[in-house]
Amino acid sequence: MILFDQVSKRYPGGNEALSHVNFHLHQGEMAFLTGHSGAGKSTLLKLIALIERATTGNVIIGGKNLHKVSRHTLPYLRRNMGIIFQDYQLLYDRTVFDNVALPLIISGFSSREVKKRVHAALDKVGLLRHEKKYPVTLSGGEQQRVSIARAVVNKPALLLADEPTGNLDPDLSLEIMDLFMAFNQVGVTVLIATHDIPLINQLDKRIVHLEHGQLLTVEED
Amino acid sequence: MAGQSSSTESQVQLRQLRPSFSSHFKEFFVRHLQVFFYSLGLLSRTPFSTLLTAAALGIALALPAGLYVILDHAKQLSGDFDSINQMSLFMKQDISTQAIDRLQKKLNAWPEIAQVKHIDRAAALKEFQENSGFGDALKALKDNPLPHLLIVYPSLTHNEAEQINHLLADLKKLPEVNLVQLDIQWLQRLYAIIHIAQRGIFIIGALLALAVLLIIGNTIRLAIENRRSEIVVMKLIGATDSFIRRPFLYTGFWYGLFGSLIAILLVNLSLLMISNPLAHLSSLYNNSELFSLGLMGINTSLTLLVSSCVLGWLGARMAVGRHLKEIEPK
Repeated sequence: MILFDQVSKRYPGGNEALSHVNFHLHQGEMAFLTGHSGAGKSTLLKLIALIERATTGNVIIGGKNLHKVSRHTLPYLRRNMGIIFQDYQLLYDRTVFDNVALPLIISGFSSREVKKRVHAALDKVGLLRHEKKYPVTLSGGEQQRVSIARAVVNKPALLLADEPTGNLDPDLSLEIMDLFMAFNQVGVTVLIATHDIPLINQLDKRIVHLEHGQLLTVEED
Repeated sequence: MAGQSSSTESQVQLRQLRPSFSSHFKEFFVRHLQVFFYSLGLLSRTPFSTLLTAAALGIALALPAGLYVILDHAKQLSGDFDSINQMSLFMKQDISTQAIDRLQKKLNAWPEIAQVKHIDRAAALKEFQENSGFGDALKALKDNPLPHLLIVYPSLTHNEAEQINHLLADLKKLPEVNLVQLDIQWLQRLYAIIHIAQRGIFIIGALLALAVLLIIGNTIRLAIENRRSEIVVMKLIGATDSFIRRPFLYTGFWYGLFGSLIAILLVNLSLLMISNPLAHLSSLYNNSELFSLGLMGINTSLTLLVSSCVLGWLGARMAVGRHLKEIEPK
């Protein structure tokens, strides 16, 4: 599903965020991406989500070389990914329902289908009763679950998460991770960047460790 | 990859990069309709600033529209251009009334001529006696010195100065006619003045259309700036540029619509305000219809409405094209 082949990323300032990274995540696999701040975790995720493009090397997602994805086809590729951020990236002037519905509206689903799928996604993250509320009225953990519902509502093949538990306490963090595990169980490929080592050590999944832009350990599960 | 059951696989595999063309034709309209009202809803959330922008647009549009209405009326100052164009055919003294009737019928059939009016020499003398103040002196005359008079009104399709000249020459050749009179110079000057006024209004209109573009472009630019984070999120979850662009384009359209409605209101209010003084002026000319402006015609209003909406859309399009590319997730 995700294949990094000798990928380097150098930012205009001159510092090399990733150097010669080789990495393969199979379809249906789940992995954690760890490393210190500035080790290149976010850059690696950004390359997958096409927020940044690799300076050298090839990033291949689902058989598609990202070098060949133009500005115009990029949105359609992103619809196959659910992306989750540390700061949730919700729209605060819209209700929970409208937030979660956004990817479906973008993809042009009928309003009946939108309603069905949003309810299913909100049910999955346990927030169905909050659908009419605005995100600010929810706790951090709940807001993160809204963003997860938004990420999965379109049934993406791939879930990417950048420090999804960074702002949450340990109990909530475990809940969130359980959610990701559940999605992985139905076949979704999941890649999560985190530095919460104690948490992921409980979870028995592959861990990919980055340091100074280089891939150090690849623990196959 | 190989070990997945087929049902799971269909769920988790990458979908095609572009939706099939055949798929959402109906949904295309539904979505446009949604955005249509969604953008209206966004504007109604900030009614005051929406009104301010629309008022600025309205004033910018009202000026050329109002001038156009006035000029349009000036061109057809009820019947008075006709009276300027009208030609007086003074008949030879020995022409009989029957001959004049025949000539009148003949001229009426000419395509260049809208109408021919006969002023009988006897009636003319009577009127002259009553109104001129020379009544007693005229009564002393044995014969009526006045000739028969035919007044020729050129048809509207032959109203250009050159065509009038042509007609004039033709009429002079008629054997029954003694003299043809038309103050062509006065006519030509008036046309020249109206032509300049038309050009002036065109220039003012073009400049103010540019102003409308800039006002809307700037408003949309601010709207984009205000919704920067929203645009980033939209892009992250796979919204196409056209999807993100659409509400802004409709916003521009709404501004154009509201602006033109305000302009129509302003122009009509102004017309109403000057209608009384105009009526007074007309009454001084013994012709209550002479300078009546009425209200803005339906055609003019519709033209203003449509062009304003197009300008709004264009202004938004310009702003969005420039600024949307700059906003990318980081």
